[in-house]
Amino acid sequence: MLLGKLTLDAIPWHEPIIMGTGAAVALGGLAMVALLTHFRLWAYLWREWITSVDHKKIGVMYFILGLVMLLRGFADAIMMRAQQAMAVGANPGFLPPHHYDQIFTAHGVIMIFFVATPFILGLMNVVVPLQLGARDVAYPFVNSLGFWLSAFGAVLVMVSMWVGDFAATGWVAYPPLSEMGYSPTTGVDYYIWSLQISGLGTTLAGINFVVTILKMRAPGMDLMKMPVFCWTSLITNILIVAIFPVLTATLAMLSVDRIFDMHFFTNEGGGNAMMYINLIWVWGHPEVYVLILPAFGVYSEVIATFSRKPLFGYSSMVYATSSIGLLSFLVWLHHFFTMGSGANVNAFFGITTSIISIPTGVKLFNWLFTMFRGRIQFHSCTLWTIGFMVTFAVGGMTGVLLAVPGADFMLHNSLFLVAHFHNVIIGGVVYGCLAGMTFWFPKVFGFTLNEFWGKVAFWFWLIGYWLAFTPLYVLGLMGMTRRMNHYEDLSWQPWLLVALVGAVFVGLGILAILVQLAVSIRDRAKNRDTTGDPWNARSLEWSTASPAPFYNFAHVPTITSLEQHWEDKETGRAWVPSAAYEDIHMPRNTGAGFIISAFAFVLGFAVIWNIWWLAALGLFGMIGTFIARSYDRDTDYWVPAAQVEQIEKARYALMQEARP
Amino acid sequence: MLAIIPLLSLLSGCAPWALLDPKGHIATQERDLILLSTGLMLLVVIPVIGLTLYFAWRYRETNEAAVYKPKWAHSMTIELVVWTIPCAIIIALGSIIWVSTHQLDPYKPLKSAQKPFEVEVVALNWKWLFIYPELGVASVNELTIPAGHPVHFRLTAERMMNSFFIPRLGGQIYAMTGMQTQLNLIADAPGTFDGRSAAFSGKGFSDMHFKTRALGQSDFTAWAVQAAKAPKPLDLAAYNALRRPSTANAPALYAHVEPGLFDRTVNTFMIGRMSAQEAKRALCLPPATMGERN
Repeated sequence: MLLGKLTLDAIPWHEPIIMGTGAAVALGGLAMVALLTHFRLWAYLWREWITSVDHKKIGVMYFILGLVMLLRGFADAIMMRAQQAMAVGANPGFLPPHHYDQIFTAHGVIMIFFVATPFILGLMNVVVPLQLGARDVAYPFVNSLGFWLSAFGAVLVMVSMWVGDFAATGWVAYPPLSEMGYSPTTGVDYYIWSLQISGLGTTLAGINFVVTILKMRAPGMDLMKMPVFCWTSLITNILIVAIFPVLTATLAMLSVDRIFDMHFFTNEGGGNAMMYINLIWVWGHPEVYVLILPAFGVYSEVIATFSRKPLFGYSSMVYATSSIGLLSFLVWLHHFFTMGSGANVNAFFGITTSIISIPTGVKLFNWLFTMFRGRIQFHSCTLWTIGFMVTFAVGGMTGVLLAVPGADFMLHNSLFLVAHFHNVIIGGVVYGCLAGMTFWFPKVFGFTLNEFWGKVAFWFWLIGYWLAFTPLYVLGLMGMTRRMNHYEDLSWQPWLLVALVGAVFVGLGILAILVQLAVSIRDRAKNRDTTGDPWNARSLEWSTASPAPFYNFAHVPTITSLEQHWEDKETGRAWVPSAAYEDIHMPRNTGAGFIISAFAFVLGFAVIWNIWWLAALGLFGMIGTFIARSYDRDTDYWVPAAQVEQIEKARYALMQEARP
Repeated sequence: MLAIIPLLSLLSGCAPWALLDPKGHIATQERDLILLSTGLMLLVVIPVIGLTLYFAWRYRETNEAAVYKPKWAHSMTIELVVWTIPCAIIIALGSIIWVSTHQLDPYKPLKSAQKPFEVEVVALNWKWLFIYPELGVASVNELTIPAGHPVHFRLTAERMMNSFFIPRLGGQIYAMTGMQTQLNLIADAPGTFDGRSAAFSGKGFSDMHFKTRALGQSDFTAWAVQAAKAPKPLDLAAYNALRRPSTANAPALYAHVEPGLFDRTVNTFMIGRMSAQEAKRALCLPPATMGERN
């Protein structure tokens, strides 16, 4: 009674794959704890990272979260590919349906919420304040809170692997399947609560960045002098603020259906499952633009920098981004043309969807004409961008094809669809995040990433994507639908074997990135960026040191031009040491974000298992910590001018040494 | 455009890809729509990919011979062109969408002198039940229809949403609990075609596939006669037994189907909410006027 529904049976002792992974994770965790203790790093970790409100460090932590969860999401992917490569005819494969169903659900949830979203938020955290000429985000504590909520949401997903199970419903958890009557285990509850907790974090991040971008731009930077990455971030965060409450409300309704036997989405009592499907896609479709728009921003920065030219058609880019944001709310029904809506409704949503390809097409042309008459350096960032342009053009095309209702009747829920969204998410979002990571890494860490391994990673990812997903396009045209645990049709198997090889290539791509990080850290002295501007780039973040000092800019810059840093370099005004420094106002670190999020985790876990006293503890812990924090008046401090001067002088000395 | 088809079929070896090798009038139109829309978009996609690679190569850093304009970032002409091209494509595609969506509306009866053959489809956990009201028979996990004859499906789900899909005959439609959807298909010639559920519905989902047998006139009549002699009736007891979750059921035939079974399934959640008279009326209405769409 004290532990609600939780018993020892909740641990899947009989599943060798899960228990093996569990043992490995436990051992790894123990080793980590031992190392941290041995090197006395706990205090450092708490002081410098866990309690940090520095947007750059929070950005780095988002990236680490994304990378770790990428490994888990990829493990799911390779298991699915292996299962489908073997499970033909009488062969049931190695994953029974219930396990397989959890894997494809977890793969989708993890890749969207705990890989792509953290990558995007990580990039925005690192880059946006620096590009705006700001010292931090508008609400540094909320930023820390948002990150830790996301992180503890991810922990909840991981816990579901060993205590209980995860949803076996597909990543959007359609009722009636996700209702208590058909998913009686705690799987769907884990799904709901991990997304509620991390979703709250994402909403907070969205509010924070909208305010940061609107209110904290350096003097003189009107909106049309703002770098394109900030523009894409602005639209993305407006979308976040508009749509994540819908997700939260939808999941809340599903969860009261499950816990209190309400009937929002069950047929009993007059509910309607199709309402859930509408609501989840009102969130779900703009969500893909939340992910892709900042990636578009990265490509815009990269292509201009490495073509040695300003971005072609800046204002076109801004209008295109904004109209994509607006249109993204008018297309959700294309996820279910096959629900039986009338031809007028289907045609309307088909046309609005295809209209989105206009601004997207304009963007592609603008990147093209940025390269036109440039001097293109084939840096790995450039390779990711060119790889994206080629891959995404195809993904965009198949997307518009799926927007044609008559074609979608055939392709809906098929592997063609699966191929399409991987085409745009890998070829758009992931390539963009990896390009962004390479591009801004020196700004955070002070040294550049190893180019050789970066290029190796690029080629594995590029070839891997095409090898893994071209067969899925074909299989869709052969009539193979998604989420099949096994199948009868022998002619599908060869294609699925090729797809498995492709997945292995992607795996090697991930490995190459890990090697790249390791090699770069080893060679950090050699790859040191002393100038602060390793790529000869154009926007404000490159005017400060690498790594950027915790206060970002010794003096808040005044903006007169769209490419302020480039202009300053042209006119010789860049990197001029200041005669006098002043005190800088900075936010103080706080553990409140971490503690509130830990209580949120307790709340989620307790509700999942119906341990009501613990749930109350979690909830009161969250609220109590928040109240305590709001009474804390010691939330900021002044960095003395002398200290700023010392840091800046050291920086200019280093620059002098490198470039006498 | 249609010249691509043999080429694609060649790529796939001996077994042509289901969506590109349709066996019914609806599927053929949908295949043509896929190819037409793809072709239209390739008009801009191929040049974009080509130009990307060409520009990347032409303006590479080491190619000193290429023009370099370090400050050039705006051209009204180019901007106009890059907005116009996608707009033009989408105006064309939008018109195609409007026309084809009305043409291929799954609810729209096929143009034919013949009265469509009625089939009622119930997605059960995890098997398909096909009721042939005109014949008074039913089958599980195997669908038999007359070839060359329009077929009108009414679909619902007993508990779990599924999607009814026979790729070679045409597009899919959801089968939803407590609701009815409709679909009109035709098989041009006799043959056997794979059908399956396309919407994930839980544990037994992967085995929710069935063969669709389109039979010529005399074969179909023979089948109907034989089906009427099936030993098992589909009365309420048999239906309740079928409703129990099970996976990978072998195909089965039933004679003497309880009348109104399909409508009763659609109205499962309504019965308690209607007056006795309303309920009686709902269950007695002839299929053609039952459950107007939405």
